[in-house]
Amino acid sequence: MREQGRHYRAALALVPVLAATTVAGADAGDDGRYGLGHAAAPAHIAAQDIAIAPNGAELPPGGGDARTGAAVYAARCAACHGSSGREGPDPVLVGGQGTLASDAPLQTIGSYWPYATTVFDYVRRAMPFTAPGSLTPDEVYAVTAFLLHANGIIEADTVLDRETLPAVVMPNRDGFVPDPRPDLP
Amino acid sequence: MGSINRRHFFRRAQHFVTGLAGGMLGGTLPSAADTTLVQGAPASGYGARSRFETIKRWITPSRYPTATASWTPLAELEGVVTPSALHYERHHGGVPDIDPQAHRLLVHGRVARPLEFTLDELRRFPLVQRVCFLECSGNGYREWSGPGGADVQQTHGLTSCSEWAGARLADVLHECGIEPDARWVLAEGADGAAMTRAIPLDKCLDDVILAYAQNGEALRPEQGYPLRLLVPGFEGSISVKWLRRLKLGTQAWRTREETSKYTDLLPDGSAREFSFVMEAKSVITRPSPGGAPLTSGFHEIRGLAWSGRGRVTRVEVTTDGGRSWQDARLHGPVLPICHTRFTLPWRWDGAATRIASRCHDETGYVQPTREVLRAVRGDHSFYHYNGIQCWQVDGDGRVRNA
Repeated sequence: MREQGRHYRAALALVPVLAATTVAGADAGDDGRYGLGHAAAPAHIAAQDIAIAPNGAELPPGGGDARTGAAVYAARCAACHGSSGREGPDPVLVGGQGTLASDAPLQTIGSYWPYATTVFDYVRRAMPFTAPGSLTPDEVYAVTAFLLHANGIIEADTVLDRETLPAVVMPNRDGFVPDPRPDLP
Repeated sequence: MGSINRRHFFRRAQHFVTGLAGGMLGGTLPSAADTTLVQGAPASGYGARSRFETIKRWITPSRYPTATASWTPLAELEGVVTPSALHYERHHGGVPDIDPQAHRLLVHGRVARPLEFTLDELRRFPLVQRVCFLECSGNGYREWSGPGGADVQQTHGLTSCSEWAGARLADVLHECGIEPDARWVLAEGADGAAMTRAIPLDKCLDDVILAYAQNGEALRPEQGYPLRLLVPGFEGSISVKWLRRLKLGTQAWRTREETSKYTDLLPDGSAREFSFVMEAKSVITRPSPGGAPLTSGFHEIRGLAWSGRGRVTRVEVTTDGGRSWQDARLHGPVLPICHTRFTLPWRWDGAATRIASRCHDETGYVQPTREVLRAVRGDHSFYHYNGIQCWQVDGDGRVRNA
């Protein structure tokens, strides 16, 4: 990184020269860079690095179980998603397993979502709708546990944290196929 | 009518022709006020359309007005460029109010140098611009099971076309030093949903734009001001608006918007993921439902065609319910991944009939019928509907979705 940083500063010094040239292909420096932008502070990156991939690498410290999650759900989620997650009016979160190939498929967290990490990621960034980003990591772990338990995927006393959440295997984990389009005769 | 009399007349009857003049015109048409007799409005700093022009986006009714869509009134538009104020919207957490001076784009993850960019810095990268359509993957979702939308705004209004300008995403990523194992780029918006989609790195290095301008001026707030992605040919939601962060990774993130949503459920219960491309599609915008009933005689059929895979090469139109098809004229320049205007002269004989268009693109793909789509994808697909759109012209000249 020290070596790269030196090149970066060297590229910055080239900018006035580059701005004066109009030769096509010669607009970037010898290393193909323009010397624009500024180094991102690690703390600034960490504060924004909230996306949780299936390996769970970016999961924060903390944890929670379904029992704690039931209270969070009742207070922050049930008004839109129903008291048990099955009633709606907004997206049904619970149930539907075994229906995807039927005439009335019900796509829920339990029946459709392939990764448990997605629940944590989405709830933390976008829910509750009226106050997105307002839940603590413990609350997000807990409400995730509540929803997975309601779907019969984990036990009531399973504590979800940065170790256990990525290990959860969702029922529809292998339900997705690559896009084959064009797919028509 | 002499000038003195004329002035007198218009002072007394500014808005509607009555009496003698009405009789001369054979009805109660609005009068043309003589605008040559007074000074008009002064120059203005930022223009507005005529007070007589009232077309607007149609907003999907929702309990959540910040997480809905608005649809472009395609039937009333000409050419291929959609006015910025009428570009369709699809928001997941409302339109944020972002100060461009405070906004930063962070690029990190599998890069040698994580960097942050101001808007001014992004503007210093070499310019790229193109006219390109953007279409929501849910455009036409009501049409899967049969005629759904009441008019072309409700059947096809989630596509719009603009001239976009900005920096090449590839240039900005190279600036950060792409690590050899990077395969995906996560894009995150600064809206209330912190909207995220992941994009294959190959696409990012091909033709993706970090857009800061639309139709010559700064992006509209509802189009991502001050910075958005523009991912040509891909479903609209991946062109993340209010872009604040890009993270390079070795695998897809499987965000909610690429698993729970924007996947295509098939009859066997499996679902397609990463179905990005918007395939070839067309629609007749005139005549179409909602206008005044047709009268027999000459009408120029007009419509739009587009393909996320490249140029439209041919549009065929039927005016006899599919028994015969004629090639429509394509109005150039015909650009890749761009709305293309087509027209065909038509004399309506007053008999009920059905009209429709189907387009071909440069890959050889031909727009399918609803029946063919459903035979392959079943009855529970929601996204990526691109079936041939048929309009019924009734004997009384009314046009409806059929």
